[in-house]
Amino acid sequence: MRSIRYTDVAVIGGGPAGLAAALAARRAGAEHVTILERNHELGGILQQCIHNGFGLHRFKEELTGPEYAYRFIPQVEADPNIHVYLNTMVLSLTPTKEITAIHPDHGLVKLKAKAVVLAMGCRERTRGALTIPGTRPAGIYTAGTAQRFVNMEGYMPGKRVVILGSGDIGLIMARRFTLEGAKVEAVVEIMPYPAGLARNIAQCLEDFNIPLYLSSTVTMIHGKDRVEGVTVSQVDDNWCPIAGTERYIPCDTLLLSVGLIPENELSQTAGVPLDPRTGGPVVDEKRETLVSGIFACGNVLHVHDLVDYVSEEAEIAGEEAARHALRETADEAGSGRDGGQQLALKPGSNLRYVLPQRITAGAEVDLYMRVSHPMDAVTLTLSGVTLAKKRQVRPSEMLKIRLKAQHWESLFQAGKAPGQELLVAAEPSA
Amino acid sequence: MGERTQYDVVVIGGGVVGTAVLRTLSRYQLKAALLEKEAEVGWGATKANSGIVHAGFHNKPGSWMARLCVAGNRMYDQLCDELDVPFQRNGLMMVARTPEEEQILRRFYQQGLDNGVPGMELLDGDTARRLEPNLSGEITMVLRAASGGIVAPFALAHAQAENAAANGADVYTEVAVTGISCGDDGFTITSQDGGTWKAKYIVNAAGLFADDVARMCGLDVPSLIPRKGEEYILDQRVGDLVKHTIFPVPTPKSKGILVIPTVGGNIMIGPTALEMPRKDDLSTTAAGLDEILAFTQRLVPKIQRRDIIAAFAGLRAGSPTGDFIFETSHSGRAVHLLGIESPGLTASPAIAEHVAEMLAEAGLELMPKPDFNPRRPRVIRFKKLSDEEKEEVIKRDPLYAHVVCRCETVTEGEIVDAVRRGARTVDGVKFLTRAGMGRCQGGFCTPYVVRILARELGVSPLEITKRGRNTELLAAEAKAFLKGGEADA
Ligand SMILES: Cc1cc2nc3c(=O)[nH]c(=O)nc-3n(C[C@H](O)[C@H](O)[C@H](O)COP(=O)(O)OP(=O)(O)OC[C@H]3O[C@@H](n4cnc5c(N)ncnc54)[C@H](O)[C@@H]3O)c2cc1C
Repeated sequence: MRSIRYTDVAVIGGGPAGLAAALAARRAGAEHVTILERNHELGGILQQCIHNGFGLHRFKEELTGPEYAYRFIPQVEADPNIHVYLNTMVLSLTPTKEITAIHPDHGLVKLKAKAVVLAMGCRERTRGALTIPGTRPAGIYTAGTAQRFVNMEGYMPGKRVVILGSGDIGLIMARRFTLEGAKVEAVVEIMPYPAGLARNIAQCLEDFNIPLYLSSTVTMIHGKDRVEGVTVSQVDDNWCPIAGTERYIPCDTLLLSVGLIPENELSQTAGVPLDPRTGGPVVDEKRETLVSGIFACGNVLHVHDLVDYVSEEAEIAGEEAARHALRETADEAGSGRDGGQQLALKPGSNLRYVLPQRITAGAEVDLYMRVSHPMDAVTLTLSGVTLAKKRQVRPSEMLKIRLKAQHWESLFQAGKAPGQELLVAAEPSA
Repeated sequence: MGERTQYDVVVIGGGVVGTAVLRTLSRYQLKAALLEKEAEVGWGATKANSGIVHAGFHNKPGSWMARLCVAGNRMYDQLCDELDVPFQRNGLMMVARTPEEEQILRRFYQQGLDNGVPGMELLDGDTARRLEPNLSGEITMVLRAASGGIVAPFALAHAQAENAAANGADVYTEVAVTGISCGDDGFTITSQDGGTWKAKYIVNAAGLFADDVARMCGLDVPSLIPRKGEEYILDQRVGDLVKHTIFPVPTPKSKGILVIPTVGGNIMIGPTALEMPRKDDLSTTAAGLDEILAFTQRLVPKIQRRDIIAAFAGLRAGSPTGDFIFETSHSGRAVHLLGIESPGLTASPAIAEHVAEMLAEAGLELMPKPDFNPRRPRVIRFKKLSDEEKEEVIKRDPLYAHVVCRCETVTEGEIVDAVRRGARTVDGVKFLTRAGMGRCQGGFCTPYVVRILARELGVSPLEITKRGRNTELLAAEAKAFLKGGEADA
């Protein structure tokens, strides 16, 4: 019969977040770290991202996805106290940090950890697109599925493509398909501005003369067996199609790049509360969720546009998870955290979300945030205290802003105290 | 294709009705075959319906629909147990909001009693809301029928075909029947690509196309009326909105728009009912969705547009008489099943028995097979197993440790099993195993399913289809579109 195994820090997911978290946990003194990865190799989604553009911030180099992953994988493999389980699917996690997983040779595995780092990543959203009226022919894929078919399996899903949504994977695939000899007819975006990074718009669309239709969406899919074309319409301010603006674009493939959602089914089995704005867990500056000893980082926490920030965030989570594990070793009984010293952070005007959502009074930390709409000449404020000024902000680019001692001083002077709410806002500069 | 063996009975059409007939025939000492035009059985109305095993109070006493619905309903426990098909008696509720509607409920209650429907009761709104807290506060009275159920119809059709084949029947797919002639030696059935089959008796269970097939036999039958129903599936997150299937009071044309729990754990809303000029329009529409939302939100106000994860449409074989029609030709040696619209799924086991009786009357000898095995090997549904069972299953076959569909926790072992039982396409795998049915709708697992199908069927991934001919998923090998092999980026 199966026995329970023990570890100090269990990391669920071996992508960039899991790799950096595991290494950081070891550096911070965790004796045993266990990585559980469902794939047959480490590296996560980076392994299918064969384009470059990874690591500019962290390594000052333009690496491909696999190259970026290999800045971490050899270190993980060289450490005998990081135990890597590949082909291992975690089925459940309890609030007491007991993990149930399956493995082809070990069967059902139970693992009890002192701290857990959630690093399961995200998956592509399809829902928005699924109520597109019309038929359900072959030839409709998410951009990530198409990427896997082309880059990993070696097959082209089609040769005349329309891409719905201007997320980064969609833009990258527009270039990829073009380079593979297919014709990308258009990228269609419902918002009045692109969802992906400006550099991807330039390098993936403009360089190849691929039209980008803003404030537009696919309103009908045609074709009985295989996609034969789509109808594209302009939308009004409420995203409703405007009659009379329909145009028919013949194509054999429709790619959906309509956003990513953190993959938190597992977090929910442990009762980890989620933030509806990010789709990921509510965390404090240690990246600890509201379930003591369970931490989260990377795309399972919120969707990042740059892997560099994922690694950074994962190091915080890994280090704090190690500390938690050490505290639990020292004092088996009480290792709860002191939530009483925390303030809640909420997004205010023109902010989609802010992370962390809880913050210890006086802590000097980086805040990550995204705006709801593009805006020029912006002042970012925290309950009235100016944090930073930006020339331009866009929803596609995550902002990172340091909360410093001087900000806290102003907040305390204004009477802010633990237990209260702070509001982050992006306002036009005076 | 050359000439096939001589059969006693050939069934045309592999929906839930045709496969039920085939399985019933496989109990007897005779040679039976089924011809289905699609790549797998179950792709007609059988795949695209509400999955409800009706109680039987909807139909006029004495009609075929009333008799065979109540009789079919009673057969479901044993049928689904023998074939290991997901089935649940979740009960159904027809709701009223006004005194006029309450009157209608009382009439249906009486009609149900006349039809022999067991376990019905009339409840006031508050009592009903104690059973179903998410029912609208406007509902004042409910007719509840405990015998109502839900089933996985596509899985049922597959299971019936598999079990019939295990008992000696032959199942031919991708065979579209285009001609039937009758000579001294019985019927000769020809297919679109030139195959021929010989049979002494035929059963026309071609669903929406049964009128066309009847005409191939020289019968002058009125045309079936294609009536489209759109349905929308909600995320499992809201899977417990209701336990019962919730009906409004019906309209003259259909049972109305419903809130339907499914055996997979999702709630489904629909169907619409719109007569169509053609038999091949399975598109969903913005208007259909709006209508369904407006309607079902009045039954269960918590239903929300943003919870929709998938949509489909089915075509009912609308009956010109409003009842099932059993036609015969060639002195009863050809039986034609026309207008098998709702409650056709519910009635199908009883229809099959009735068809066997009709064939017997026309002279077919029905000698029971002593070694008939009504059971098929159990289907492992990994997600539903206990820890101990999971351990055991993985030990026997490590492919059960590889989760292919993360949303629904479907393993490679289950997919391989489905292929060995007859799945040939990505959609077939999806409907049998639920791989790709979850909230990411195959966004993640499709490439893996394609790879497993190709490996198990021994073909190239380029040959794998979404649902048969002309629905290939992949166009070419990478680089194939490059003239002269240009540089990579
Ligand atoms: C939207 C909708 C909701 C419904 N809900 C319910 C419900 O909740 N409960 C219920 O009891 N009933 C319901 N029904 C009705 C039920 O689905 C049908 O009565 C039932 O599926 C009919 O089965 P069938 O085998 O007759 O038809 P089908 O499933 O359509 O099968 C006919 C088969 O014949 C094949 N075929 C056709 N022509 C040829 C040919 N020339 N050669 C070879 N093969 C051929 C087709 O490919 C098809 O596979 C619903 C129907 C719809 C459309």
